[in-house]
Amino acid sequence: MVETGTDRVKRGLALNLKGGVIMDVVNADQAKIAEEAGAVAVMALERVPADIRKDGGVARMSDPNMIDEIQAAVTVPVMAKCRIGHFAEAAVLQTLGVDYVDESEVLTPADEEHHIDKWAFTTPFVCGARNLGEALRRIGEGAAMIRTKGEAGTGNVVEAVRHMRTITNEMRAISAMGDEQLMSAARDMGAPYDIVKEVAETGVLPVVNFAAGGIATPADAALMMGLGVDGVFVGSGIFKSSDPDGYARAIVEATTFWNEPEVVGKVSRGLGTAMPGIEIQSLQDSERLASRGW
Amino acid sequence: MSRIGVLALQGDVAEHVHMLESLGVDALGVKKADQLLEVDALILPGGESTTIAKMAVRFGLIDPIRTVIDDGLPVYGTCAGMIFLASTISDGDQPVIGALDVVVRRNAFGRQNESFEAPLDVDDLDSPFPGVFIRAPWVDKVGADVEVLATIDDHPVMVRQGRILATSFHPELTDDGRIHEMLLNLI
Repeated sequence: MVETGTDRVKRGLALNLKGGVIMDVVNADQAKIAEEAGAVAVMALERVPADIRKDGGVARMSDPNMIDEIQAAVTVPVMAKCRIGHFAEAAVLQTLGVDYVDESEVLTPADEEHHIDKWAFTTPFVCGARNLGEALRRIGEGAAMIRTKGEAGTGNVVEAVRHMRTITNEMRAISAMGDEQLMSAARDMGAPYDIVKEVAETGVLPVVNFAAGGIATPADAALMMGLGVDGVFVGSGIFKSSDPDGYARAIVEATTFWNEPEVVGKVSRGLGTAMPGIEIQSLQDSERLASRGW
Repeated sequence: MSRIGVLALQGDVAEHVHMLESLGVDALGVKKADQLLEVDALILPGGESTTIAKMAVRFGLIDPIRTVIDDGLPVYGTCAGMIFLASTISDGDQPVIGALDVVVRRNAFGRQNESFEAPLDVDDLDSPFPGVFIRAPWVDKVGADVEVLATIDDHPVMVRQGRILATSFHPELTDDGRIHEMLLNLI
């Protein structure tokens, strides 16, 4: 009696990625640099978020050839992004054998009302969230891993911090509630009651939660780990810096030793220039990727 | 009371700690060589084996871990931990501790879509163990001193060599503590 695609193996892969860094890569060479630096997984995509932001237009799933090349180049898990609600792109990614699908706001949404029914897939999904309600809605749809949305492609960590602090505060609030308060909390958050109740009882999310969206330096990674995330996605922060090998390696080491500032300081020395950052206030509402999805 | 170290460079460290605490022993996350001297046994957790190996090299942990194992410290590796303990990896050249005389094949069952759960017959246990296999390795070859305790399709997935125990599956992701108890019995 062999069962594939169970909750336990889907969530279990994410548990095995904890304490690690997942890096955006756009070709096989970058994937090898990421693996060599110690990335726990790579995210295959056509353009890093900073370029998607710059280029504009519709951002879609990557060319399957590119995903094949990256899978052939590395032994670590390979993830890939599909558009929010685009179940046909997700189905293609599943046939390619990617290890996780990221239903991502970084790509242009295909459906403004519905996310993908992720229970229907064998391949596990990771989804972004700005608050607890959004995280629990995605888990209710079958997501096996959550990440903060942050604000991708900005090199500015402030939104990832806001999202993680919001999730933590909301979890604390429901943990302190009486049972009779949980239904109205579920209503207010727009989240499934059963999962709200589970989180209130256990005090933790039922799936792994990584930081994403704006992490650009080793200290940013340490900051997010200190706020309680299980690991870190770095998008543009590696390959838009002046020294991708150095940044990749330093961010991996800072993620493991996040609570030892002398190590974070040591790995931060002489790294060169981080990716150029964007002040969040300077973005128009329409340029904010985090507001995509609900 | 015994205190068990869990190598805490990356991976499902907290799940092992939780399992150990549920069995009534202390657990200590190990990131530094000197912490190896404070524990009665060591667990090498599940995770990404290339990451754990690279971090162990950069932070000088390979030789100290090999030394305490050679001195008789009981050790248990799950999945990535099994790969890290092995003397040879059949399809790569990543750094290893090398204390366990086996040839291990990484991702032998396939990618994540092939990850699976299956009940597993384990020597020394009187009922099947819930096997959770995630991008799991298997053992291609075992040395003379290695006992095979469980197989899938004739591929060894659990082995023991003296005080070294290794599984290609993840008992820490279940609520069954029997294999962790086997480690505690080696102390």
